[in-house]
Amino acid sequence: MEVSSLPISASHRAKLISAGYISISSLSSISPAHLARDLGISENEATGILKVASQRGGPERTIPSHHSIVDGLRAQTAWDMLHEEESCRRITTSCADLDDILGGGISCKEVTEIGGVPGIGKTQLGIQLAINVQIPLEYGGLAGKAVYIDTEGSFMVERVQQVAEACIKDMQEYDSFLRKDLPARQVNLQANDFLANIYYFRICSYTEQIAVINYLEKFISEHKDIKVVIVDSITFHFRQDFDDMALRTRLLGGMALKLMKLAKKFTLAVILLNQVTTKYSGGSFQLTLALGDSWSHACTNRIILYWNGNGRYAHIDKSPSIRSASAPYAVTGRGIRNLASNCKRVKLM
Amino acid sequence: MRKSVNRVWRRVMANKLISEMGLPKSIANIFAARNIHTAKDALSLTEFELMELLDVGLAEVTTAVSSISEISCPPYQTALSLLEQRMHNEHLAGHLPTRLKGLDAALCGGIPFGVITELVGPAGIGKTQFCLKLSLLASLPSSHGGLDGHVVYVDTESKFSSRRMIEIGVNSFPEIFQIEGMAQQMAGRILVLQPTTPTEFSECLQKIKDSLLQHHVKLLVIDSMAALVSGDGQGQCRQHPLGWHMTFIKSLAEFSRIPVVVTNQVRSHSGDDPFHYSFQDSRQNLDFPTTFDSHLVAALGIPWAHAVSIRLVLESKSGQRFIKVAKSSMSPPVAFTFAISASGISLLHDDGIEMTGPEINAICGQVLKHFNVASSINDAHNIKYFRDFEVTVVYSIKNWSFRVVCG
Repeated sequence: MEVSSLPISASHRAKLISAGYISISSLSSISPAHLARDLGISENEATGILKVASQRGGPERTIPSHHSIVDGLRAQTAWDMLHEEESCRRITTSCADLDDILGGGISCKEVTEIGGVPGIGKTQLGIQLAINVQIPLEYGGLAGKAVYIDTEGSFMVERVQQVAEACIKDMQEYDSFLRKDLPARQVNLQANDFLANIYYFRICSYTEQIAVINYLEKFISEHKDIKVVIVDSITFHFRQDFDDMALRTRLLGGMALKLMKLAKKFTLAVILLNQVTTKYSGGSFQLTLALGDSWSHACTNRIILYWNGNGRYAHIDKSPSIRSASAPYAVTGRGIRNLASNCKRVKLM
Repeated sequence: MRKSVNRVWRRVMANKLISEMGLPKSIANIFAARNIHTAKDALSLTEFELMELLDVGLAEVTTAVSSISEISCPPYQTALSLLEQRMHNEHLAGHLPTRLKGLDAALCGGIPFGVITELVGPAGIGKTQFCLKLSLLASLPSSHGGLDGHVVYVDTESKFSSRRMIEIGVNSFPEIFQIEGMAQQMAGRILVLQPTTPTEFSECLQKIKDSLLQHHVKLLVIDSMAALVSGDGQGQCRQHPLGWHMTFIKSLAEFSRIPVVVTNQVRSHSGDDPFHYSFQDSRQNLDFPTTFDSHLVAALGIPWAHAVSIRLVLESKSGQRFIKVAKSSMSPPVAFTFAISASGISLLHDDGIEMTGPEINAICGQVLKHFNVASSINDAHNIKYFRDFEVTVVYSIKNWSFRVVCG
């Protein structure tokens, strides 16, 4: 491994190279005092450099998996990952058809982008997920909490109350229909209990948006039950103020990476709501999600909500593990539900 | 008052100075030496860029960015405390009732505070009438269900008619307007600005922001938005011409927690308006644009449609006027029939008709122009507020017929 790939400052790197230390192994048996003398830096700085070098180049690394083909890297075998993927919980969307095409619901370890025209129900879906993540374990939920990052001011508390109350009613119905033989159980939750578990951030500029995403790592470590982070919308502050498109691409890329890291580290679902824009392709204008082509690569999963005839549909546009499909859904007074649910159909979990 | 000052202070968080954040002196000095003074400057660079620029290691940069982010991040609230705050501090938990029962029920109380409510429809359908009535409602004393405050009315097309507004007031709230001097007091609370150029419009908005807090302004009406902003951002235009106004008005609404009502025009649907995504082309679902005659779309484009929180579409179909809730996160898509009378707008039925599919967003455009206040001229008590001579012109573009009534 080369010294040039170490995460140290440019001047240190330059000094190392000019002093003749080109590979990491050359640093393995040198003392900080010696290095400090050679490079003309303080002993503290030299200690720092050696520490970084040892972390990168050390041969003794405890790897959790059975076979480590590659030395020096934290890797997992696909077999271990399979176990993880299967035990990964999913957040239901309250619409059986939508859950079906999603393989059970929104995945709890990945970043999912949901986009659509204004009024199609993105915020509705976001609110539904913020409530559904809180469903207790005995009803098949995750008993988690939600972080809702609102960049547009579309979070209407009255609506959240409505959806929470409907969710509680659904749980009571589940009890009465499916646990007839067992002793009656009271659903002790109130709508306000659901509201108390949603952490709401109101973001007013792209700086605040970057700041909150950076801060989330610390916030989530302190509030361990958070299982979903919803950003509504990721686009708003990046659409208007930017003259420097290259900067925008870099910042969006950085945000996407941090969110992926959060999703993986804390095993939570990250939902990013996106707007639409038009693009000229194949001789006509078409709808597409905003923020450009490089952003479209950044998210793991992509769902597009659209109108088809008289109904609202969700289309899985991009996913590494689920096949592309569309399913209808409806936005009702109770939240997101199946399109043609005339009967009291309760979602079996 | 203090709450709104806190909000104003919050808005400058992005511009918070690094020197005042309490970072370790060494790193703070390095930031300053490299001309990175505010949180915005620091967070607009990636961590590797900062490492290069500041000449420090990754660990130090990560710690610094983490501290800066934590300090610049706005404070959080639970949704419950948000609800309690609104119920405690605001009129009807943040709504301005329109006195149209069905519509208020659909909107959970009325026009919501803190967000943009858009009224869109063809010319002459009643958008200005609606705005006049709302202005009146906001200025009424709280004993009569009003917000007891001032109203700023930005009239870009010179459509504001104080006579008409007072007529609405007299007919809707006779018990208030009969009191001597009441009409003058109510009308005195409504400040009308009439910018004539886009520059004047921008200046207007700036001035409004400054005076919002001092003058107890409880409602902002912009009638209409489309008139002084050019273009509707369709197609390749990356920087939306409306961009600045949109974010400005939105943040104005949010930080002052007042209702903002904006009217928008319509234009005819052109072949270039996109309705499909690339994955939809294989399905031949092209029934959308052709089902309605004289099919119209809202002006100002898709980014604007995303920025408004409530979109009320006013349209006319087969001689009947409808007001429909086309976009609202709190309501199902319902339409109500309405009529314009001496007392402003009134719903013919309080039970809405639920709409599905393309109906929700389509705007039907059989244009009717109808100025008729003749019904109230017989009311001798109010005669001093009305014109002596009324002319009613009713015409329908589809039928090309005219009917003139004088009275």
